[in-house]
Amino acid sequence: MELLGNLLMGLGVAVSPINLAWCLIGVFLGTAIGVLPGLGPAATIAMLLPATFGLPPVSALIMLAGIFYGAQYGGSTTAILVNLPGETSSVVTAIDGYQMARQGKAGRALATAAISSFFAGTVCTLFIAMFAPPLAEIALKFGPAEYFSLMVLGLVASIVLASGSLVHAVGMIVLGLLLGLVGTDVNSGAMRFTLGLPQLADGIGFVIVAMGMFGVGEIVANLEDESNRDLMVKKVTGLMPTREDWRRMVAPMLRGTLLGSALGILPGGGAALASFSSYALEKKTSKNAHELGKGAIEGVAGPEAANNAGAQMSFIPMLTLGIPSNPVMALMIGAMIIQGIQPGPAVITEQPQLFWGLIASMWVGNAMLLILNLPLIGLWVRMIMVPYHLLFPMILVFCAIGVFSLSNTAFDVYLMAIFGLLGYVLKKLDCEPAPMLLGFILGPMMEEYLRRALLIAKGDATVLVTRPISAVLLLLAALLLALVLLPTFKKTREEAFKEG
Amino acid sequence: MRSAISSPKDLWAGLLYIAFGAAALLIGADYKVGTAGRMGPGYFPKALAWLLIGIGVVALARAFLVKGGPVTGIAWKQMSLVLASTALFGWLLTRAGLIVALLALVLVSAAASREFRFDWRATGGLVLLIAFCALVFVKGLGVPMPILGTWLEPWLGAVLPWLR
Repeated sequence: MELLGNLLMGLGVAVSPINLAWCLIGVFLGTAIGVLPGLGPAATIAMLLPATFGLPPVSALIMLAGIFYGAQYGGSTTAILVNLPGETSSVVTAIDGYQMARQGKAGRALATAAISSFFAGTVCTLFIAMFAPPLAEIALKFGPAEYFSLMVLGLVASIVLASGSLVHAVGMIVLGLLLGLVGTDVNSGAMRFTLGLPQLADGIGFVIVAMGMFGVGEIVANLEDESNRDLMVKKVTGLMPTREDWRRMVAPMLRGTLLGSALGILPGGGAALASFSSYALEKKTSKNAHELGKGAIEGVAGPEAANNAGAQMSFIPMLTLGIPSNPVMALMIGAMIIQGIQPGPAVITEQPQLFWGLIASMWVGNAMLLILNLPLIGLWVRMIMVPYHLLFPMILVFCAIGVFSLSNTAFDVYLMAIFGLLGYVLKKLDCEPAPMLLGFILGPMMEEYLRRALLIAKGDATVLVTRPISAVLLLLAALLLALVLLPTFKKTREEAFKEG
Repeated sequence: MRSAISSPKDLWAGLLYIAFGAAALLIGADYKVGTAGRMGPGYFPKALAWLLIGIGVVALARAFLVKGGPVTGIAWKQMSLVLASTALFGWLLTRAGLIVALLALVLVSAAASREFRFDWRATGGLVLLIAFCALVFVKGLGVPMPILGTWLEPWLGAVLPWLR
């Protein structure tokens, strides 16, 4: 019953008119930017982040959560209507969603995506409310050794979940860790890798890296090939799924939600793998498996539910441990720190209003998506129809101004251009940026925890395996790594990502 | 020689890792390593740098062993124009002000597109965009970007005081 009371308190915070308004604005802006082809949730949030700086903490986080859901759903809309997935996790939605759109069932595909996302979001909100507080209790017992081992586990998990080659996933993580160390060393005050530039003394801002790699780099990649995008539908009609649709939607939705929740809680960010695995699962279990790939509603409902569940469950490691499991969560942590909140297990007890308000607003945000986005679909279609050659200079303008406004210096704009270059080069070499960003954000934290752990243990590295929780975490990491290197699993993993 | 390399992407990625690792070692050459119990500022970075070099070597080995696609279609023109326009914006912003910087950013980057035509629609959009940015970001959100900048302020500031 405590759970219910807490949720009600959170709901009280979330549905106060002012916060409701911020949530609405967030969902609206998030969808508006998120539907633009080539902009995934991370880029969308990075671009809109500066807009929340002026708000009080609770409102800022609620608005960000709204932006997050809006961006997620916007990506699915683009995937269905123009077959242009903004990020890996909506690649799967594009397969059957686009086929449905070609058959004139775009409205039903969009509604299915919205309903499955809402369902998964509702279930996961409850999961988070149930599991986050006990996990935070455990997390309060964590010392530096445990934190370090947990981050190792998270990084190993992100290797498993990355879709490219393993060598490059590891390479990108280490590169990210190294780049994360740029700036002043907190222990000794020594400047590291700043090349004598005072602007780098505080390190490289995460938002700059994210905007450079996901914004600028992506623009260059999109400009390579400007062949016209196929917008299947000029006007979306028939939003309501038929009775038959509902019947076929339920089972994949349930399976997708469960699969997504299980994979999403892993540090390392399971949204992409969740949607791919859900599609694979539907292929094995669905009665209509033969229709998958040709516009089957199961191929939209399952992966969309899984994708949303995975994305939402990644709030758990973020809220209870202060550890981001993907670039989006890293941005949320960045926003919290800017608001003066140190994310971690203490937030639940010290700022219950904020914690439960955020959780309730997740659900409110999901509900708003359903209410707001389906009627506004005409507007989103028009946004998608803006030709890319008119769109990309605008994206560039908002990225540049956004980055400048972080600390009002032109240096950050140059830095963004450099990371744009790096992002484009890495894309050309088939190296995925997500593990690098994860390493980037975890780099300084890992160093700090390792230092503290070893300082307490007087340099005895066995402390990492003699403390039970730490040992279990490292064992899990080793098992995962061994699993990845096993030939049979390697094949399954490759297949899971090839389903599309 | 060339035919021995079966996966050029791995080759370049490997070289990239080694370059970053070597640069970290070089720049950080005099960072104190310390001991495991008392790590200096150089301990963790140096360990990572060696690790990265190791991964780079593995990737290089892969380049000769695995079959992979060639690196194709690098959009040199698009890349240089987009990056240059971004940097130009940063350089012009404080000097020539937001209006000029935005003009430069949009026009230079738009040249990267084969489809872009500078017609009435684009011009109208550009004017609207600049007005929107000046109103929302500078006047509304209070981002300290000079609209005229140090170059134009002495000339236009007196004539158009509302642009200050």
